[in-house]
Amino acid sequence: MLEIKNLHAKIADTDTEIIRGLNLTVKPGEIAAIMGPNGSGKSTLSYILSGREDYEVTEGDILYNGESILELDPAERASKGIFLAFQYPVEIPGVATMQFLKVAMNEQRKARGEEELKTPDFMRLVKEASAKLQINPDMLKRPLNVGFSGGEKKRAEILQMALLEPKLCILDETDSGLDIDALKIVADGVNALKSPDRAVVVITHYQRLLDYIVPDTVHVLYKGQIIRSGDKSLALELEANGYADIIGEAA
Amino acid sequence: MNIQTTNRLTTAESALLDAYNAQIGDLPGDGAVLSVRDRLLDELKTGGLPTRRIESWHYTDLRALLRAVPAVQPAPSLSAVKPLVSGASVLTLRQGAADAATAPEGVTVRRYADSLVDGTAAEGLREASADDAIGRINGSFVRDGLVLEIADGAELAAPLEIQSLHGAGQVHTRFPVRFGAGSKATVIERHRGEGDEAALVSSISALTLGDGAEVTWIVLQEQGAADTHLGQIRVELGADAKLRLFVVNAGGKLVRQELRITVSGEGSELTLRGVNLLGGDTHTDVTLVLDHNVPHTNSTEIIRNVIFDRARGVFQGMIRVAQAAQKTDAKMACNTLLLSDDADFSVKPELEIFADDVLCGHGATVADIDRNHMYYMMTRGVPEKTARAMLVYAFVAQIVEELEEESLVEALEGIISAWLDRHA
Repeated sequence: MLEIKNLHAKIADTDTEIIRGLNLTVKPGEIAAIMGPNGSGKSTLSYILSGREDYEVTEGDILYNGESILELDPAERASKGIFLAFQYPVEIPGVATMQFLKVAMNEQRKARGEEELKTPDFMRLVKEASAKLQINPDMLKRPLNVGFSGGEKKRAEILQMALLEPKLCILDETDSGLDIDALKIVADGVNALKSPDRAVVVITHYQRLLDYIVPDTVHVLYKGQIIRSGDKSLALELEANGYADIIGEAA
Repeated sequence: MNIQTTNRLTTAESALLDAYNAQIGDLPGDGAVLSVRDRLLDELKTGGLPTRRIESWHYTDLRALLRAVPAVQPAPSLSAVKPLVSGASVLTLRQGAADAATAPEGVTVRRYADSLVDGTAAEGLREASADDAIGRINGSFVRDGLVLEIADGAELAAPLEIQSLHGAGQVHTRFPVRFGAGSKATVIERHRGEGDEAALVSSISALTLGDGAEVTWIVLQEQGAADTHLGQIRVELGADAKLRLFVVNAGGKLVRQELRITVSGEGSELTLRGVNLLGGDTHTDVTLVLDHNVPHTNSTEIIRNVIFDRARGVFQGMIRVAQAAQKTDAKMACNTLLLSDDADFSVKPELEIFADDVLCGHGATVADIDRNHMYYMMTRGVPEKTARAMLVYAFVAQIVEELEEESLVEALEGIISAWLDRHA
């Protein structure tokens, strides 16, 4: 589903290379965890996958279902089924959450040549999905992410994911700032989306989230490269020993 | 040094004088009114239209910008437009002349022309200050308008909509409005030009709010693409009066909206909100002069501007707090979304504070669309163009939403969306 081949990327208009020859393959149905110390390039990788302009790919390729997505803008990638749940969801004053959800869902449908949702159907979908994530309907009346608590923002991200039904879900530090109850709700939301034709990339700092979203593969990112891959036991090993040993081996 | 003062009139200035001469004997007014008219015109003739050398006209050099003045023309056939809010009482003017109107309960309506004829208009016809060019032009030429009285304690069930409709030519109107003590009303002052040929419009509304009156006054300027609109709102706030003044500019080629507000009653509150939608080759100026003259009054002013193409915008906001006006709380902000490299916006906030125990502040921002907002929306599949349009709309819609009355908010949002669809 996702193949990243010898990817090199830098911050646009600078010489600061952040991703330095990264290789990674994620198969349909797989949950892949990417772990790594601060500054290893985890968030940058999520931005590059989603198509953020601030980064420039200088070498290598990203294939999604066998096709390069490097030339696609974020909206085109989204309509092909790539979704990024942000570490820090952006507050957008003046844009009503419900209206935004409706526009996003319908624009994706249009891009795929599907019919737009009728308002009652849309309302029903939102109501069902938000109930599962224990989202207060009042929250959806506010402008997008404005005045949401940290936990509400993360839940709102998962709500968008549930409604947009992407094929490749990238979760960037979705556990940060969540208490254990909120973490369970969010993890349940992600697990509910698990399916044989959908892949999830979980980017995280800590093993804690992986107790709830159990990965099939674990990859350690360091200085812009995957330096070690394994199964979920690798996450436990990191939790017990920290990154130092693995980094030492790779060096 | 040899200074040559050439008193050469511009084309527009000559046209104004010619228009006045052509209408002598025809402009309504008793002796008192006519002598005020003559004096105002005389001052216009000797002083000329204001230039950038007059401080309050520095960013809008009317003498240079007003290239021509269209001749006075009879009204084309103009049909009333649907009121902004359904159920509103509509008072229509066509080419500056008021239709016969039935007043809703609690309101008395008189034609301004009648007050010119009987001379009761003479006092109010004078200019508001030495730099009041709009007052001079309007005072010289005004033929009609409406004199409204809202009775003490009257609460209007539905909004009142003044529709000033016109085609090419000249339109000069006045709306003296007195809101009685404790009255409550929403009034929409709507200016709408039809057709592509130029009109010169001047309009002055003079609002007096009695003690405890609560008023929402909305100025909706939707002039034609070739029109000049010279508007002025004069306001006097009584004790504990509350005024929400919304000014929406969504049309015109050359526009100046002057807001001259005097806060003269303790405990009163002013909420000024402005939305300027600017595009094409246009020039739009909103100039506020706000005097806090008594203690314990509040005001907030927020102006939001969206600028496309080669449009130019100006906001001058002068807040004066008199020495007696302790405990004044005044906050002014002007935020601009600059969406073209060829557009520009000038902001001149000024605070003159003579009292020592006040809270006054102002801020101005100029920005393009926030790239982080765009990126976030696009990652959800919203195409760039749609995301941009939503963000531009949100920037101004936030201001309109403060009105709270749903029907009014929806109507104004509809006008904003339609404008943005045409320009974005």
